[in-house]
Amino acid sequence: MTPVPVAPTAIAESAPQAIVLSGAWTSRSVATLEAQIAGLAANYKAGMVVSGAAIEALDTTGAWAMQKLLRQLRGGTTAASVENLRPEFARLLQLAGQRMDAQIETPALVVAADSSRLAGIGRSTRDALEHTVALFAFVGECAEAFAGCAAHPTRIRWRPILYNIRTAGFDALPIIGLLSFLLGIVVAYQGSGQLRQYAANIFVADLVGLSMLREFAPLITAIIIAGRSGSSYAAQIGTMAVTEEIDAMRTIGIAPLEMLVLPKIIALLIALPLLTVFADLLGVFGGMLMARTRLDVGYVEFVDRFVKSISITDFLVGIGKAPVFAAIIAMVGCFQGFRTEGGADSVGRQTTRSVVQASFLVIVADALFSIAFSTLDL
Amino acid sequence: MQNQSPANPAVIEISKVTTRFADHVVHSGVDLKVHRAEIFALVGGSGSGKSTLLREMILLQRPDTGSIKVLGVDLNHIADPAALSLRLRWGVMFQHGGLFGSLTVNENVGLPLREHTGLNGAWINEIAAWKIAMTGLEPEVGEKYPVELSGGMLKRASLARALALDPELLFLDEPTAGLDPESADDVDQLILKLREMFGLTIVMITHDLDLLWQVADRVAVLAEGKVQGIGSMAELSQLDNPAVRKFFDGPRGRAAHEQKQNEAQTPAKNSSGIARSAWKQK
Repeated sequence: MTPVPVAPTAIAESAPQAIVLSGAWTSRSVATLEAQIAGLAANYKAGMVVSGAAIEALDTTGAWAMQKLLRQLRGGTTAASVENLRPEFARLLQLAGQRMDAQIETPALVVAADSSRLAGIGRSTRDALEHTVALFAFVGECAEAFAGCAAHPTRIRWRPILYNIRTAGFDALPIIGLLSFLLGIVVAYQGSGQLRQYAANIFVADLVGLSMLREFAPLITAIIIAGRSGSSYAAQIGTMAVTEEIDAMRTIGIAPLEMLVLPKIIALLIALPLLTVFADLLGVFGGMLMARTRLDVGYVEFVDRFVKSISITDFLVGIGKAPVFAAIIAMVGCFQGFRTEGGADSVGRQTTRSVVQASFLVIVADALFSIAFSTLDL
Repeated sequence: MQNQSPANPAVIEISKVTTRFADHVVHSGVDLKVHRAEIFALVGGSGSGKSTLLREMILLQRPDTGSIKVLGVDLNHIADPAALSLRLRWGVMFQHGGLFGSLTVNENVGLPLREHTGLNGAWINEIAAWKIAMTGLEPEVGEKYPVELSGGMLKRASLARALALDPELLFLDEPTAGLDPESADDVDQLILKLREMFGLTIVMITHDLDLLWQVADRVAVLAEGKVQGIGSMAELSQLDNPAVRKFFDGPRGRAAHEQKQNEAQTPAKNSSGIARSAWKQK
C-alpha cells in the first residue's frame, strides 16, 4: 500500500526557468533534497515555472520542505508557486505555508540561561549549599522521628525492621564474606615478602589482625552495603515518590519517615556491626590461610600470636565505626530517594548520587575516626 | 497514504485470534476488520482484552493463534526490517503519554524524525513545532518537560509525537480518559480534524460514550474473548446482546444517545460542545 515512486524524489531543471519536482516527498525521502534546497541560488527570475505534476506522495514533512524551496526561490524573485499539484497536495502545501508564516510572526521563545562560567560556579555553589542544608534538615527530622518512637515504643514498626535486617544484612553475608576473605588473603600476601626478608614471619598475625579489624573490615562492609542497600533505598523511595505513593501515605496519616526511613536506619544499625564481625572473621581466616602457605606460620602459631598482639580495643574500634557508617548509608540513601522528582530519569540520578555520596561520606568519617583515635591513643 | 488500492480496503484484518495468559483466556477467536480512513473504536469492560488486542496490533505482543494483518502485512511472519518499516507507518498515543521524561516536548516530538529521516536539526525543530501547534498546544509548551504538563497537554503532546512521521494509521489508547469535559471535547474535534486533513485511519480504545457517539464510525464490543457486536453506535443500539446493552442502558449511555438524537434533529448545531455540557450536568 505504500506508494511506489515512479520518478525518483528529485528537483530537476528541465529548462532554464523551469523546475520539475518529482517522486515521493515524504519524511523518509525528503532528506536527500535538503542540501539541494538550501543550495538553490536565487537566480531565478519572475515567470519561472515549478511543476509539481510528477509528485506522487506528499506528507507534512515533504510539504514543509517544498515550502522551504518556494521561499528560497522567492528570495530572488517575486512569488513562486507549484503548478499542476494534486488538490490534496496543494492543500497540505498551503497549510505548511500558513504555519511557516505564523512561525515567522511569533519567533520561538528562547529562554536564555546565563551560561558564563561565573554564573555556573554560582549556581553549583548555591545548589551544593541548598543540598547540604536539606541533608541536615533530613537528619534532624529523622532524629525527631527517632526520639518520638523511642518515647512511644509502640510506634516502632518491627516487621519492616526485621525484613530490612534480612535483606540488608543476612542476604549480604555471602558477598561480604567472600570479599573480606579475599582482602585478608591480599593483605597477608602483600606483607609476606617484606616479613620474610626480616625473618619476621610470625608478625603476619599483627599485620592481618590490625588492618582487618581496625580498618578494612568495617570499611569494605560499609562500602558494599552502600552500593547494595543504599542504592536500593534510594530507588525504592524515589519510585514511590514518582508514583505519588509517598503522598498517599501522608494522606492516609502514616508518616513516611516512620514507615520507610526509621526501620531502614534501625535495621542497618543492627546489621552493619554484625556484618563487620563476620567480615573480621573471614578476613583473618583468609590471612591465616595465606600465612600458612606463604610464610609457614601454622594455624596454632597464628592464633597464638593473634591473641597476644591484638587487644579487645582494636576489635571495638572497628566495630564502633560500623553504626556510624550504617547511619550515614541509610540516611543518605533515604534522603536521595526523597529528593526524587519527575520521572524515571530522576530515580536513576538520585540512586547514583546516593551511592557516591554515601561512599564518600563513609570514607571521610573513617578518616575522622583515624584522627580521633590517634589523638585518644586508642 | 495517498494512493488507495481498492483491492484491499481493509487496513487491519484480525482473524481467529486467541490469546491466553497462563490459564486465563483473553481472546477466544476474535475477528474484525478496520477499513481505510475510518475511525474505529474498540470497547469492552476492564479485562475484556481490548488493550491486549491493541498491543497485538502494534507488535508489542503476539497472539497465541490466529493472524493479524496490518497495512497488508502479516504480523505473525514478519522479519525485523519489515517490522521497522511497518512501525514507521503507524503512530501510537499511549494512555499515559509515554513521553520520555528526560526530553522536552519538542525533543520528544522531534525524536522519530531525528531517528528516521536524516533531516537537519533546524528543520526537525520547526516541523516538531508545527506538529505541536497542530494538536492545539501553545508554542511555549515545546520547551517544557513532560512532568510539567497537565493531563490534557500530555495527551496532546503524545499525539503530536504519534503524528511526527505522518502515519497512515493512528492508534489511540484512551484518548479522553482523565480529561476534563472541555479538553475531552477538544480531543474529539482534534481526532475528526486529523482524519479530515490527512485521511488517517484511526483505531482507538475508549470508554467515553460521547467520543463513541460523536466521533467513531464503527465500534466493536469485546466481551468473553469475542467480538460481541460491531457496527455504528446506531446499529449497535438495536442489538440485544447483554454485553453490548451495557453501553446503552446505563444512565450515561442513555444520555449520550439522546444527545445524539437531539443533534440529528437540529443538525446545524456544533456537535459535541453541547453534548459534553449535557454530560456535565448529570
